[in-house]
Amino acid sequence: MNLLVQLTYLSQIIGALLILGGMPARRTAIIATLIAFVSALIVFAGYDRTTAGYQFLASLPLVPDWDLKFSIGVDGLSSTLLLLTSIVGLAAILVSPTVEEGENRYYACILLIAAGAAGAFASLDLFFFYAFHELALIPTFLMIGIWGTGNRQSAAWKITIYLSIGSIILLVGLIGLYLLPPAPQRTFDIVKLQQLASSGVFSGSGSKSIYLLLLLGFGILVSLFPFHTWAPQAYASAPVPVAMLHAGVLKKFGLYGLLRVALPLMPEAAHHWAWLLLILVTGNILYVGLATIAQKQLDLTLGYSSVMHMGYVFLGIATYNIIGLNGAALLMLAHGLSIAALFAMCGEVRKQTGTLNYLDLGGLATNMPTLSFVFGLATFASIGLPGFANFASELLVFFGAFKTPTPGSAFNEFQIVGTIALWGVVISTVYMLRAYRAIFMGEPQARWQGVRDIPAKVRWAVVLLVAALLVVGLAPRTVLDAVEPGIRLFVK
Amino acid sequence: MRIPPFCFELFVLALGILLLLLETFSEKQDRKMFAFIGIVGLAVVFLLLQTSTPGPSGMASYVVDSAAIFFKKISVLTTIVVLIMSIDYADAIKRFLPGSSPQSGLGEFFALPVLTCAGMMWMSSAIDFILIFVSLELVTISFYILVAYMRRNANSLEAGVKYLILSGLSTGFTIYGITWIYGVTHQTNLARIEQVLPGIPLENQPGLLFGALLVLVGLGFKIAAAPFQFWVPDVYQGAPTPITAFLSVGSKSVGFIVLLRVVQAFQSLPAVGNRLITAIILLAAATLLYGNLAALPQTNFKRLLAYSSIGHAGYILIAVAGIGSRDSGRAVVVYLAAYLLMTLLSFLVLVIVTARGEGDDIVNFNGLAKRSPFLAFGLLVAMMSLAGVPLTAGFLGKFLVFKVAFETRQFFLIALGIVTVGCGFYFYLKVVRAMYWQPASASVTSIPVSKLSLAAIAIMVILIFVLGVFPQIALGLLP
Repeated sequence: MNLLVQLTYLSQIIGALLILGGMPARRTAIIATLIAFVSALIVFAGYDRTTAGYQFLASLPLVPDWDLKFSIGVDGLSSTLLLLTSIVGLAAILVSPTVEEGENRYYACILLIAAGAAGAFASLDLFFFYAFHELALIPTFLMIGIWGTGNRQSAAWKITIYLSIGSIILLVGLIGLYLLPPAPQRTFDIVKLQQLASSGVFSGSGSKSIYLLLLLGFGILVSLFPFHTWAPQAYASAPVPVAMLHAGVLKKFGLYGLLRVALPLMPEAAHHWAWLLLILVTGNILYVGLATIAQKQLDLTLGYSSVMHMGYVFLGIATYNIIGLNGAALLMLAHGLSIAALFAMCGEVRKQTGTLNYLDLGGLATNMPTLSFVFGLATFASIGLPGFANFASELLVFFGAFKTPTPGSAFNEFQIVGTIALWGVVISTVYMLRAYRAIFMGEPQARWQGVRDIPAKVRWAVVLLVAALLVVGLAPRTVLDAVEPGIRLFVK
Repeated sequence: MRIPPFCFELFVLALGILLLLLETFSEKQDRKMFAFIGIVGLAVVFLLLQTSTPGPSGMASYVVDSAAIFFKKISVLTTIVVLIMSIDYADAIKRFLPGSSPQSGLGEFFALPVLTCAGMMWMSSAIDFILIFVSLELVTISFYILVAYMRRNANSLEAGVKYLILSGLSTGFTIYGITWIYGVTHQTNLARIEQVLPGIPLENQPGLLFGALLVLVGLGFKIAAAPFQFWVPDVYQGAPTPITAFLSVGSKSVGFIVLLRVVQAFQSLPAVGNRLITAIILLAAATLLYGNLAALPQTNFKRLLAYSSIGHAGYILIAVAGIGSRDSGRAVVVYLAAYLLMTLLSFLVLVIVTARGEGDDIVNFNGLAKRSPFLAFGLLVAMMSLAGVPLTAGFLGKFLVFKVAFETRQFFLIALGIVTVGCGFYFYLKVVRAMYWQPASASVTSIPVSKLSLAAIAIMVILIFVLGVFPQIALGLLP
C-alpha cells in the first residue's frame, strides 16, 4: 500500500527520465500515468474512512537537526486530490498530440508537471510539499514558451514570474511558520505541526502576519483576485495538456495548502483575516465573472471562468465550518475534472477549425455531434447543474456560507457574500451557454465540411473526466466520507 | 597520520613553481599537458584534504577549523574546474598572444591559477591581519596578470587596468583600516583582538569602528558588494572567461571567509559590532538591489553573470548580517558551495559554446537545445539553481539565508529578497528562453565537447541535485 502512494508521483518522474533517456515517448508516458492512476485509485479506495488522520505513512529522515524528513502519506483530502491528479494526468497524456520536434521533451515536461502536483499532495513535510510544487514551474515555462499558441512568450513570462514571486512569499511564510514554536519543538513535519497546534504555539504574536503571508503566497498560486491576471492568458496560450493540468490540478495546490497547513494550524489568524478573504472572493466571483462574459474567445472564457470558480472554493474556506469546507474540498475535485474536460475539447475545436473566436465559429454540432454532446455535459457541469459533482459542491459552499452564525446580526457578511456568489452561478450560466451557442448551434457552415468529430484518443480522455464528474455528482458521499473526518479534526 | 595543515599550501605552491619551471625548461612539451599536471596535482591535494580534521595548528596566526578546511576545498575545487576550462579556452587565448612558437605564453596561464590557489588556501586559515594581507596580495597580484592575459585584446587590457587600479585602491583601504585597528588594540591577531576588545575605552571606539569599516570597504571590493562593485561588469566581461569564473567564485569565497572572521571577532564588543552589522545590512540591501535590478536588461551572458555574482553576494551578506543566528556561518558556507557549483557550471558551458570564436551574447545561445541538448540541459540546471528552484543546491542556499534573516528579524531584507528573487527568475530564464524557445541562428552543428569537460558538467549537475535533495550533505560541510 505504501508503495502505491509512492507510485502516484514516482511513476511519472521515472517515466519522464526514461523518456528523456530515449524510450518511445507516448507509450512510456501512457504506461506511467496508467500506473499512477491505478495506484491512486487503489489508495483512494483503500483509505480507511472509519478513522481520521494520515495513513500509508513512510518517511526518510534527512536533516535531524531541523526535523526535516522526506515523508509521504495521505488522508482523505490528499487521496482525493491524488486521484484527481492521476485522472487529469492520464487524460492530459491521452490528448497530447504527435509532436514533430522534441516529442520526448514534450512528454517528459507533462509528466514532470503531473509528478510535481502529485508529490505536493502526497508530501507530509513542509519542505517537500513546497519543493514538489515548484518542480512544475520550469516545465510549464518551457511548454508554454516552446509549444504554446498565440501570445505564448508573454504568457509564459507572466505565469513564471507571478508564480515564482508567489512561491517565494509562500516560502518566507512557511519559514516563519517553522520558526514560530520554541526551538526544541520546531519541525517541518505536517503531522507533528498539527499535533502542536492544539498546544497553542501558533496563536502567539506573529501568527497573524505569517497567516497573511501564507494567504498571499497560496492566493497568488490559486489566482486569488487581484493576483489572477496571469491565469487566463497563460491557460489560453498553453498547450492543451498543460492547460488541463495547470487549471485542473496544479492550481489546487494553493487551496490544498490553505486546508492542510494554514487553517488547521492557525484558526485564530484565519478567523482574523476572514473579512479580507471575503472581499477578495467577491472580486473573484463578480469582477472576474463579469470579465469572463466580456471574452470573445473560448480559451480565454475558460481561463477566466477557472479563475472565477476559485472564488467559490475560497468562499468555502472562508466560512470555516464543516459544510463549507466539505464543499470547498469537493469543488476542488469537481472543478479540476470539469475544467480539464473543457480545455481538452477546446483544444480539439482549435485543432479542427483553426480558431476559437466566437464570431468565426458556429454550427459545429452537425460535424461534431459527439464533441458537442460531451461539451454540453461539461458545460452543464461547469455551470453547476444537478447530477454533476460541481452542483453538490457549490451547494455545500452556499449552505456553509449561510450557516455561519454571528451573534447579534441577522444578516452577516458571510451571508452577504454568499448571496453575491449565488449571482455568480447566473453569470457562469450566461457565459458558458453563450459560448456553447456561438460554437455549436446555428446553421451548419460550408467551411466546416472538413471538420471531423472527436478522435478516439481525445474521446477516451474526455469521457473519463465527464464520467468521473457524474459518478461523484450522483454519489458525492464517496468523496465526502473520506474528506470529512480530516476536516472534523480541526473544525469544532 | 595527520598531515601538518600548512603542508597543503606548500604542496600547491610547489606545484605552481614546478609548472613554471617546466614552462621554462621544456620548450617542446605540449602546454596543455601542464594543465593536466596541475589538475592531477590539485586533485591529490583535494583528496588529502578529505583526511584533514580541525585541530591545533601550532601557529598563532593560522587556524585549522572546519571553516578553513571547507574554504580550502572550495579553492582547490574551483582551481581544478578553472584549469579544465582553460584547456578548452587555450585556443582563444592563443589568438591574442604574441609569440614565436605556437604555444609560447600558454604555460603561465596554467601555472598562475595554481599559485593563486595557494594564496586562497592561506587566506582561508589566516587569522592575523598581516597574514590575511599577504595572502590577499598573493591572490590579487596573480589576478592582475591573469585578467590582462590576452595582451592583444583591448578589452582584456582595459579590464586589467581597471582591476589593477580599483583593487589597488581597495588594498589601500584595507591596510589603512588595519592600521587603525592596530592603533586602538595594539594587536593584529584576530583572536587576540577579540579578547582585548571588551576592554577598549569608549573614547577609542569610534577609531576602532572607523578601522573596521575601512576593512569592510576593502573586503567589499573583493566580494563585489555594492557600492564597491563598479569594476565587476567590465572586468568580468573583458577577462579571459576561465579567469572570470575564478574571480567570481574563488576571490569571492575567500573574501567572505575573511569577512566572517572579522565580523565574528568584533562581536565581542557589541557597541562596535552592532554598528558593523548595520553597515553590512545596508551593504546587503544595496548589493541585492543593484545586482538584481541591473541584471534585468543585460544581453551579454558574461555581464549577466557578473551582475548575478553581485546579486548573490547580496544574499550571502544577509547571512553574514545574521551572525547572531546559529545557522549564519552554515548559511554562508552552503550558499557559497551552491554558488560555486552553479556558477562554475555556467562558465564551463559558456567557455565551450564560445570557444570557437562565437560571441558571448545571450543571442549566441539561441537554439542550443537543438544543437547540443546536453550542454543546454547543463546550463538549464545551472540557471534553475541560480534562480533558486527547489531541489537544487541554489534553493537550499536561499532557504538558509531566508531562515537566518527570519531568525534575526531582518524583515526589511526579507522583503527586498522576495523582490530580487522574482527579478532573478526573469533574467536567468532569459538564458533558458534563448536555449529552448528561440530557433538556432546560422550554424546548427553540434558543439564538440572534450571528455573531461563532459565529465565535469555531469558531475556538477549531479552534485547540484544531490545537495538540493539531501540538505544534510550540504549542512554537514560545516558542523
